[in-house]
Amino acid sequence: MATPPWMHPDFMPDFTPRIEQQPAPEGVRLRVLGQWTAAQFAQPRLLKTLRAGLAGTSAQQAWDLSEAEQLDHVGAQLLWDQWGRQWPSNLALLPQQKAVLERVARFTVVPPKPRKTTWMGSYLALGAWVLHAGDHLKSFVRLIGQLALNLGTLARAPQEGPWRDLTGHIYRIGATALPITALVGFLIGVVLAYLTSQQLRQFGADAYIVNILGIALIRELGPMLAAILIAGRSGSAITAQIGVMRVTDELDAMRVMGISHSFRLVMPRAMALAVVMPLISVWTTLCALAGGMLAADVSLGITPTFFLNALPQAVSIGNLGLATSKSVVFGMLIALIGCHFGLRVQPNTQSLGEGTTASVVTSITVVILVDALFAVLFKEVGI
Amino acid sequence: MAEELAEALLPASGAPMVDIRKLWSVFETPEKRFVVHQDLDLTVQRGEVLSIVGGSGSGKTVLLRQILGLESPTKGEIFVLGQPVGQLGRKGAASRIGMLFQHGALFSAFSVLENIAFPLRELRTLPSALVREAAMVKLQMVGLKPEDGDKMPSDLSGGMIKRAALARALIMDPPLLLLDEPTAGLDPDSSDGFVTLLRSLHRELELTVIMVTHDLDTLFELSTRIAVVADRRVIVAAAPKDVIAFQHPFIHDFFLGERGQRAMELLREYPFAV
Repeated sequence: MATPPWMHPDFMPDFTPRIEQQPAPEGVRLRVLGQWTAAQFAQPRLLKTLRAGLAGTSAQQAWDLSEAEQLDHVGAQLLWDQWGRQWPSNLALLPQQKAVLERVARFTVVPPKPRKTTWMGSYLALGAWVLHAGDHLKSFVRLIGQLALNLGTLARAPQEGPWRDLTGHIYRIGATALPITALVGFLIGVVLAYLTSQQLRQFGADAYIVNILGIALIRELGPMLAAILIAGRSGSAITAQIGVMRVTDELDAMRVMGISHSFRLVMPRAMALAVVMPLISVWTTLCALAGGMLAADVSLGITPTFFLNALPQAVSIGNLGLATSKSVVFGMLIALIGCHFGLRVQPNTQSLGEGTTASVVTSITVVILVDALFAVLFKEVGI
Repeated sequence: MAEELAEALLPASGAPMVDIRKLWSVFETPEKRFVVHQDLDLTVQRGEVLSIVGGSGSGKTVLLRQILGLESPTKGEIFVLGQPVGQLGRKGAASRIGMLFQHGALFSAFSVLENIAFPLRELRTLPSALVREAAMVKLQMVGLKPEDGDKMPSDLSGGMIKRAALARALIMDPPLLLLDEPTAGLDPDSSDGFVTLLRSLHRELELTVIMVTHDLDTLFELSTRIAVVADRRVIVAAAPKDVIAFQHPFIHDFFLGERGQRAMELLREYPFAV
């Protein structure tokens, strides 16, 4: 028996998987050489070359695997598929390779055909979507109802309320949001004042900047800005918190202890936001007015004294009440939407991410929708 | 001849699979300094099933993480498959080491089959049909059914999670498999099933296995060698019966206490271990 090549001292093995054709008495003999492993297949373009070499070969030919450096399950899978999932009649291989190929042969299953999209399928998907949306709406309404019941329970036994949670949320959602809302409010005030001052100067209606800024900021922009910022900042946090509690089974643990989710998780957050939102809204409005006042002084020469004196005449007191009540509604909605999506999170990371995104997008959209609703309603009423 | 061929595949033939030399692990907090390992030496040869045991806080899991390159030692060297451990994390690392984490660490956003196929898919060169088939083979090799492939990790039982995670660790046929508490949290039946599976895979795939375990049943059923970590180093690394005979307070408590009695019975039952 001749010395095998790898025992020769100068032998440098070539690990690249390849196929060589060798003339043999029975026709052509296909020699499988190199390392047939997933790690080798990772080389770019190698698999393409290999498949080109494999093209036209079949299980009817003679195969020789005994000189291959290594054959792992992925390599064996490639060969098995090439053979059309049957054993070649003329096959030379090592016991180890046989074991690998036998496992592959035993466990290879025909993959199910991917289903085509049909009209019926799309129609059913639409139906599923509508039902899904309906389900969301139903559970949101249920959440509101549950909150009302919980508030009733709290009114009957106030000493058993989750007061520590409430104050914690007020601090986290409210106090820590003061710097960012102040900054954004101030800058929006400056921008708005500059823009309007340029237009007003053309008509010589400089003094009306007080009216424009007053109405726009106090009645619309202040509450809205505050609500959008809080929705992005705390709405997402609420969903993520409750969602993680779902992922780590904490929600189930609470239920087992007989503690209601809506009483301990939803109600304190909704109450905290109902308290905090009007306060943040007033704070944002004040900062925006300060910004506007400064810009008006710089660009139009309207002094802060004049601005402050003219403001009460420009904005009736009803606007303040409207802005505050709007903010309470925004706050409750943000909390409820955050909790709603948090409680619907499935125990996996994907769903957590989706829930948080959906929560922020929905709460911002709902805030803007409800704001428009308020604008239409109170125009009719005439405040 | 098969043996000769198998030798040629590994980067350095004849070298130990894992070689730890003069390892120091020191954790420092502003107030205190903890020396976890001090001049620790350990070698693992091909084909072994080495179990690392030790009291809690003795740094078994730290050792495992250092072998994986997830943590770097304060001093000392670790060679895995003949290479310094720092060079392992490159592309295709899944073809060198497979790791089964204690809680499986399956990607919760992927289905079981996608989890198993993930390392192959990340190579970005293999056609998806081949990747799918290869993952399906591994899925069934660990004793799961084809229809389990479409399930999400959150829908699996503890035993199935371990099996799926094992299939993912083995997808690229790595020669070295690391297990962190492979049977922790499994009921006795699933635990036995998993141990049987590990033993057959070790034999069929010619794996080298390093595991950390507290479970004496698993320890004696699987290990060909046990390394005991105490007093900040490996006090003994030998065949199970020699380890039990070794005189040390920790070994006395661990093996010869109440649990130890059961262990001794097991040792008689499983001559494989001895």
